Formats: sequence, C-alpha cells, structure tokens
Amino acid sequence: MTALIPTCDDDIIEAIRLARSERASIAVEGQGTKREMGRPMQAKRVLSMRGMSGITLYEPAELVLSAQAGTPVAEVEATLAARGQMLPFEPMDYRPLLGSTGEPTMGGLTAANLSGPRRIMAGACRDSLIGTRFINGRGEAVKSGGRVMKNVTGLDLARTMAGSWGTLGVLTDVTFKLLPRPETTLSVVFHGLDDQQAVALMAAALGSPFEVSGAAHLPVGIDRIAMTLLRLEGFAASLAYRAERLRGLLAPFGRCDIIEQAASTSLWAQIRDVRWFCEPRSEAIWRISVPPSKAPAMLAQISAGRRIRHMLDWGGGLVWISTAPTDLAGSELIRQAVRQAKGHALLVRASEGARGTDGTFEPLAPAVLALSTGLKKSFDPDHVLNPGRMYSGV
Amino acid sequence: MGIAFPVPDQAIVARRDEIIAGLSRLVPADALVISDDERRAFETDALTAYRKMPLAVALPSTTEQVAAIMAYCHTNGVKVVARGAGTSLAGGAIGQEDAIILGLSKMSKVLDVNFADRTMQVQAGITNLAISDHVMPQQFFYAPDPSSQLACTIGGNIGMNSGGAHCLKYGVTTNNILGVRMVLVDGTIVDIGGEAMDAAGYDFLALIVGSEGQLGIVTEATVRILRLAEGARPVLFGFATSEEAGACVAAIIGAGIIPVAMEFMDKLAIEICEAYAKAGYPLDVEALLIIEVEGSDAEMDATLARIVEIAKQHGVATVRESKSAMETAAIWKGRKSAFGATGRIADYICMDGTIPTGQLPLVLRRMDEITKHYGLRVANVFHAGDGNLHPLILYNVNDPEEAHKAEEAGNDILKLCVEVGGCLTGEHGVGIEKRDLMRFQFNEADLAQQMRVRSVFDRQWLLNPAKVFPLDGRTAG
Repeated sequence: MTALIPTCDDDIIEAIRLARSERASIAVEGQGTKREMGRPMQAKRVLSMRGMSGITLYEPAELVLSAQAGTPVAEVEATLAARGQMLPFEPMDYRPLLGSTGEPTMGGLTAANLSGPRRIMAGACRDSLIGTRFINGRGEAVKSGGRVMKNVTGLDLARTMAGSWGTLGVLTDVTFKLLPRPETTLSVVFHGLDDQQAVALMAAALGSPFEVSGAAHLPVGIDRIAMTLLRLEGFAASLAYRAERLRGLLAPFGRCDIIEQAASTSLWAQIRDVRWFCEPRSEAIWRISVPPSKAPAMLAQISAGRRIRHMLDWGGGLVWISTAPTDLAGSELIRQAVRQAKGHALLVRASEGARGTDGTFEPLAPAVLALSTGLKKSFDPDHVLNPGRMYSGV
Repeated sequence: MGIAFPVPDQAIVARRDEIIAGLSRLVPADALVISDDERRAFETDALTAYRKMPLAVALPSTTEQVAAIMAYCHTNGVKVVARGAGTSLAGGAIGQEDAIILGLSKMSKVLDVNFADRTMQVQAGITNLAISDHVMPQQFFYAPDPSSQLACTIGGNIGMNSGGAHCLKYGVTTNNILGVRMVLVDGTIVDIGGEAMDAAGYDFLALIVGSEGQLGIVTEATVRILRLAEGARPVLFGFATSEEAGACVAAIIGAGIIPVAMEFMDKLAIEICEAYAKAGYPLDVEALLIIEVEGSDAEMDATLARIVEIAKQHGVATVRESKSAMETAAIWKGRKSAFGATGRIADYICMDGTIPTGQLPLVLRRMDEITKHYGLRVANVFHAGDGNLHPLILYNVNDPEEAHKAEEAGNDILKLCVEVGGCLTGEHGVGIEKRDLMRFQFNEADLAQQMRVRSVFDRQWLLNPAKVFPLDGRTAG
C-alpha cells in the first residue's frame, strides 16, 4: 500500500479525486494506532493525517480548543494541563489493548468517539465536540458547528462525524469544549461485592447528589478481592464532605476505604485503558454498552456458556470482556445476550479473519442499516473513504 | 414582512376534501381538526408575525396512528409540519396551505422511569416541565430548561436542540437524549439509540436532535434524568460597565469554577424586569450578572466566597447573595420573566445568536449602534457562560415600517454574531426566521452536504419543507 501524507486540504482533495477516477479506496488514519479495529479493508492507499498537526485555537477563558486532525492527543493534553484544563471526556488510549504504536491523534479520537470513565458525568467525546471541518468523499471541504458552546444552526454534521470511523469524511479540524482540571481527586473503594451488588451500589452513588465522576467494578479475577470504585473530583474540602456522605449512604454495602490522589489517578488510568486485558494477546476483547441495571444478568448469561474475564465501567453501562478467540458460535452467544439486555457490542480485538467474517460493530436493524447506507452515500458516493470499516456496504 | 413562503401546490390544495377523507379513515374523528375556526389556533407559533392556515391538523394519540398518517401523506405527496406546543420563536412550527400539521400534544404520557439507570421514557408531546415534575418527588430532574418549559414539549425540544439557563453545567438537549422512536416519512417506525449511554453505528441522534422536523416524526424519547443537587443558590452582581461583567465571567471560568448558570442582563433589561418582577435588582448599574452554584451549604458558601472575591477584583458595584429560598426565587423570577416583562412594554423580536464570550463588549457596543441606526431600542439578556445572546429588539407590530426595521436590525445583529466567530442560533433553531441568513454562516458545500443528508431521510422534501434551508438552490440528492 502507498502511504500519502497530506499537508493541506488540496492534497486530500487530490487523493480523493485520484481514488474516484481509479475506483479505488483510501484507508484514512492518523498514526494508525487503531488500525486493527473494525472490519478489514482492502484499500489501495493509506492517507495519514500526521502531516496536518497543531493546535489552531486555544482560549482558556472560553473553554475552547481547536486542533488539526493530525495533532497528537498528548500534545493537546499537555497544553491544557499547563493551563489547568482538560478534555472533559477522558479519552481512552487503545494502544495497550491493541499492542499498537504511534501517537493517537485528535482526528482519530473523534472518528472513534473515544470516551473514558468521566463519560458518566461529563458526557462522551461527541458531547464535547462542537465543531468539525472535513473533506467529504466528493472532495469538498465542509464545515459544521463552530467554536461556540451553543449552536443549533443547521443539521449537526459535526457531531455525526464522531464515531463514524473515517467513513464519511477526512477530518481536518476538530473543536472541543473543555473543563477546568479538578484541584484534587480521590476514590472511595468497597470490597468483595459481586456484579449485582456492585451495580446496585454504583446506581445508588450515581443517583446521589455527590457528583461521582467515575464508577467502576473490578471483579475477582482482576484482583484477589473484588473492588468497586467511586471517584470524586473537585476542591479538597468538598471531596472530604462528599466522601463522608457516600460512606453513610452506602453503608449497607459494607465498609469502605479511601484511595488518595496519586494512587487513585493511576488506578483510573488503568481502568480507562482496560490494562488488565492486554494479555494474553490471543484473547478476543469485546466492548459492550448496555443499560447498567441489565449488565449483571447479561454477564451471567454469557459466562454460563463461555469462560470470560470482565470488568465494568460507567456504573455498569460499559462492560469489557476478554475471552478465548471467538468463533462464529461464540460471537453469536455474546451478541444474543447483549441484544436481550438492550445493549450493543463492539468486537475490539480479534484476528483479521474473525473481524472479516463475523463483523465487529453491532448489527443494525434493516431500517437503520438502510439509513446508514444512505448517509454514507450522501457523504461519499463512490465509497472511497474507509469503505466497509463499520459495515459491509457502508 | 420579509420572509417568503413557497407557492402552495394547488393540486394538493384542490384535493383537500379527499385528503381529509383519507386521513379520517386512519384516526378517530376527534383527532382531526378541519374547521376554519379550530384550524386558526394552529396558524402560527411564537413567531406570531407570520401566519399560514394549514390544510388540516391531525392530532394522533399513538405511534401507529402517526405511522399511518405518514404513510398516507407519503403516498399522496402531502407535506407534513410537526408541532409540539407551538412555542417556536423561529417559526419552526408554522405550516403552509398545502401541508397538514401533525400535532403530538395528545401523546403526553410518561411510559417508564428507571431510577437505577437514571433514564425515563416519555411520549413526544409531554411538556419539558412535566418530565421533571414527574420525578421531582424522588429528587430527580431533566436538565435542559428552556424559558418556555411550562408549555414546550420534549418533541419540540428535540426538534430544536433546546437549551436553557442551566446548560452551562448540564448541556443542551442533544447531551440529554439517549434514544428516540421515530416515524420516517414513509411510515416506517425506527428506534434510534436506546437506554444505553451510547448507540451502535452512526450517531443518528446527533442528526435528529436539532433537525427541526425534517428527518422524521419523533413520537417517543428516552431521556437522561439526574439527581438534584443538595442545594442551589444564586448571587447577584451589579457592574458599572459590561466590560467588567464580561471580564468577571472569564475570570471565574479561569479560576476553574463552572457555576451551574451565569446570566447577564443589560441596563434596559434590568429596568424592564425589575418593573415587572420587583426582584430588587439594582437600577444604578449598567450590567447585572446572576451566578448560581450548587452543592451542600458549606460547598456553596465556599464557592460563592471565591466567586465574590473574583467579582471584587473586577470592580463589582453591587453584591447580593441569596439568603433564603424566597430571595432565590425573586432573583430568578426577574430573569425568567424577561421575555414576558418585555412583552408588556412593547412588541419585540427575540434574537438568539451565540458569540465567543471574549467578544461580548464589542458585540454589545455594535448591537447598540445597529439598533440606534434603525431608531430602535434593544434589551439584552444573555447566557454569559456559553455566549448565547438574546437581544430583544423592541418595536411596534402595528407599524409595518418599524416591523421591517426590527427584522433588518435583527439580521444585522446575527450577521455580526457570525462575523465575530459565532453562529446564527444557539438554542431557538433556524425555522423560517433565520433560513435566509444561512449563507452568512455556511458556504454552498456546507449547505449542500446538509441538504443531501436531509434527503436521505426525506427524498421528496415533504417534512417541514419551508424551513432551515434557503428556498433557492436546494439540493435534492
């Protein structure tokens, strides 16, 4: 495959023009850290956005930042940290799970709609995304949204780009709203709960007024004793108060301990990146989004038919499963349990063969698939950009 | 007045009796509004300067009835304008002579509440406030709170991606909707999203929320509900200049504090609201900020102390911390009655641009010049934390020349918002009101891409067709 590294809009437009004339397709990426996700593609060329990099706007007093798509996420996070700010949605880093190298980019983060534990409080990547600029599959530069917090002018194409995995356009610029970095943080941890109890505890905590910014459960198997974690962030005095109130509210679930700032921060980074499932590399990784209260029964159903390791984030709304390499039957078992729980699953890590035959994204209802095919065509009529990465024909 | 409507399709108008007969086979008799007198109630919305008598009005009570109506209209080429409570300030629910109005007001039930997952399923015609009221006994609420929340429906909120005074912390409609049941133009019923925190495949919810009734008819929604904070308390600041008020807002955010609301009012708005609400607003200042924080008493004390300290560094002239629930209610009553109170002294058009907050002093000065140029007055209320402006341009509706000037002044103000890096509408929607200004914010490629997406859902442009996109240069496929 030939690699193209555009440095301006015109380079991208030319690459798309060429691909359309040759009826060939383009694999769009930043530095390729998530290349192994999604359905395998037979692209003639790779277009890497690493050549279009840099923060183009940062107004700390307005809580807004714009960056070119190829800007490393780390560069943005360091710039924000220097001014006591952050991306609200705590984007996860897939490199440990996928064993990939290179720097995740702002465009890649957007295309994959990457969110971390704080998603339960601050929303997903798409919720903070307020503007995008991209080149569509017709080779036209299109902008949507902007740099202001509230904007309902026209259809929200900007947010639609989040989670579209490069199939609708080549992102060139993204704009996010920001949050102040909390002064300090700690975690309240409960021990020895099963999935059912843990989800009930997390629901009680998230339904309290005490602003829990992370709620995860690490069952037996990750450590010797299960841990259920609630993260608090903010000003020190407020944290002490809220921790005390949570301790009282959740007393029926047993005694709890406090994990202080440094240890808490490192633990939540591990949760965010699902560090415990990196090895063995042969195992398949599933990411399941589900109504939290339905997670325990779903997990019971899956583990009845298959040996799995699992962990819960988002109060139970995000379930990670590591299991032996899936065959079609194994996939169907998981997909069926997920469907019954009204959730959806993404096969994150699997062999190229499995990703090709089984598909990786949640199968869609026929009417929604028809809309998806139509949407793809409206952006990229000749199926030039990442064709089939999400669904066959999309 | 300046906004054009498309020429009605006379072939459809001529078939009115046949179309009504067709619809009456699909829904009960009391679900159709046919007579002139009763239809008149659906002629306009909150943009009352414009009126169009609809062909007929259908008020279905189930998703299946909506599907049957849509299938009929699709087959017969009849246009459909969705309507919730008709509170659109942008004319989003105004119909046309060759279109039926599809009103969702009879579908106002709560279908399910799930406190464990903090979600709630409702029908589209339920009012915004009724959602919060339903879960208030358990201390939960639905966050977006547009000023019209007593009347406006969640379906309308979804159509316009409505905001409110408290979205600085909690986000707007698009951040608080998890799923919808929607009837497509051909009558197909689809579920988009659901009760999980994100959805599979493309983010269609992003497109549907804010689509102004052009992509389908939302009949049910799954919304996120949140636990109320332990307490909420506002502080009121008066400043001698709007520059100081603006700098104070920036400094608060710079200090790492995100209040739940930061509202700005200029001198004329202060006078109008104080005369009506007797909220105790200071009348000797040029700008007023209402800043609200949440938490326990001790947390609010601590945060407000920091905020007051910052305000003092920015030359605040008046500081009034609420000491009681009554005082809190009075402070908010003034702000929340801004539109109604203004309506008592004059007719007005309410603009809704958003600007980068750093541009506030410049924009206030330029707005003053613009309205003076047209010989008009403007009162400003403004969501200061997120830059969403609501200039109220005062005029006399019975004076056609002044009405025209008010529209011109409004257009100039919105162009100014775009010029300084903002947008035409922050939370009210485009409707017909800002339709012809879209080219100031978007170029042809931007608009064409939006229109192609619209056509994916509605190839024939039967759904709310006269809205959002300029009437000329429309792209079908």
